[in-house]
Amino acid sequence: MSTLDARRVKMAAVRDNVEEIRSRVILGEFGVKNVHTTDFPGNYPGFDDSWDMKRFQKNFRIDVVHLDESSMEFDMVGIDAAIANAFRRILLAEVPTMAIEKVFIYNNTSIVQDEVLAHRLGLIPIKADPRLFEFKNTGEESAEDEASEIDTIQLQLKIKCSRNPRASKDSSDPRELYLNHMVYSRDIQWIPLGNQADVFADSCIRPVHNDILIAQLRPGQELDIVMHCIKGIAKDHAKFSPVATASYRLLPEITLLEPVEGEQAERLKRCFSRGVIDLEDVRGKKVAKVVNSRLDTCSREVLRHVDLKNLVKLGRVRDHFIFTVESTGILPPDVLVTEAIQVLMAKCQRLLGEMDSTDME
Amino acid sequence: MAEESDKKPKLEVVQADGADEGCVTFVMHDEDHTLGNSLRYMIMKNLDVEFCGYTITHPSESKINFRIQTRGGSPAVEPLRKGLNDLHEVCQHVLNTFQARVNEFKERQDQPME
Repeated sequence: MSTLDARRVKMAAVRDNVEEIRSRVILGEFGVKNVHTTDFPGNYPGFDDSWDMKRFQKNFRIDVVHLDESSMEFDMVGIDAAIANAFRRILLAEVPTMAIEKVFIYNNTSIVQDEVLAHRLGLIPIKADPRLFEFKNTGEESAEDEASEIDTIQLQLKIKCSRNPRASKDSSDPRELYLNHMVYSRDIQWIPLGNQADVFADSCIRPVHNDILIAQLRPGQELDIVMHCIKGIAKDHAKFSPVATASYRLLPEITLLEPVEGEQAERLKRCFSRGVIDLEDVRGKKVAKVVNSRLDTCSREVLRHVDLKNLVKLGRVRDHFIFTVESTGILPPDVLVTEAIQVLMAKCQRLLGEMDSTDME
Repeated sequence: MAEESDKKPKLEVVQADGADEGCVTFVMHDEDHTLGNSLRYMIMKNLDVEFCGYTITHPSESKINFRIQTRGGSPAVEPLRKGLNDLHEVCQHVLNTFQARVNEFKERQDQPME
């Protein structure tokens, strides 16, 4: 090989290595390599890393994998972790919902203390579209203390436990002996304020789940409670969070560096989650093949096998985010993601607006 | 709360004595890593910017110090404005793509049933 050829091979190798550092997170035996985003201008000679909207729009894509009324999974490809993480953080803490904020207890003779009861009520998800309400002004005291139809939902829980007159004499089952001894979220009644009865006629406001146990009563005990729901965000209190969970993971990538056969292939298959590695029959020999690396949990088990660890390369694709969003049921998950993106846009817009108005000196 | 009154400014500018307008710290109230990190990414992609970084001053204060230093002393407000505009545009594209894909998915889901 001539020196020129050798140089060209070396250059290509360096180029491949840089490409790997830029686009993959490497799972090594003793740690994770290349964790941070490094594709900034000036970091790599020969790469144009300045921001290019056209390039972003060309490379960006979203694939919806699963969508139903309570959860969704989608792939977001070609975006940086900083922005994907912003969406995730906003989903968790900054998409507004309606939740019980004020509890007026007129009577509570149950064994649940008033403050515990109030806290339990606050955590019940309320099915009401927060986009149709305004934030309540908390800034000025007393001036805007009245609940109004644009910012408040009023709910009532009025229930009393009594003996069941039709229970058989020798029964010891509380379900038969008493009436109303279990207070569920379904017992909460909506009291429309102002024109709410007309506005929300076709989408009745109620708790998302009917079977949340609030308290247990015995004959003679009663609850008489009025609640006010307001619009809020989970930064203030976790009860306002619209999601049960919102998370992403990077797409795993498994590369076999050499053919793996026979017993080794069997062992390799067992190192990964089911469905990741398949064994193919090639002339009577079992040969391992990566069929679906997406299913892997990235356990790195394979790196504990001395003879296998140098046959595979474990990595994750830096800009391929597999999002999972589980809604609490107040809004569908696709609406939540849409809302989250709009929240980030609103943040930008508000700063831009402020820059224009103050003119920055 | 999410909606701030107009009395408090959301954005303040801090500049060291004698420093040029290319070295500026912006104080953004009621912001955290959500905007800080994504905006830092967008601004660091700008060729005119020598340094961009942010800190959360203290866990109990809801503000960030957002530092920008430009090359050749051009005003630091410009990369900030460009960064915000770019980030907004990125979000718009993500939003459009997401809605298009979700609609496609819903249509595909409806078809086999009929």
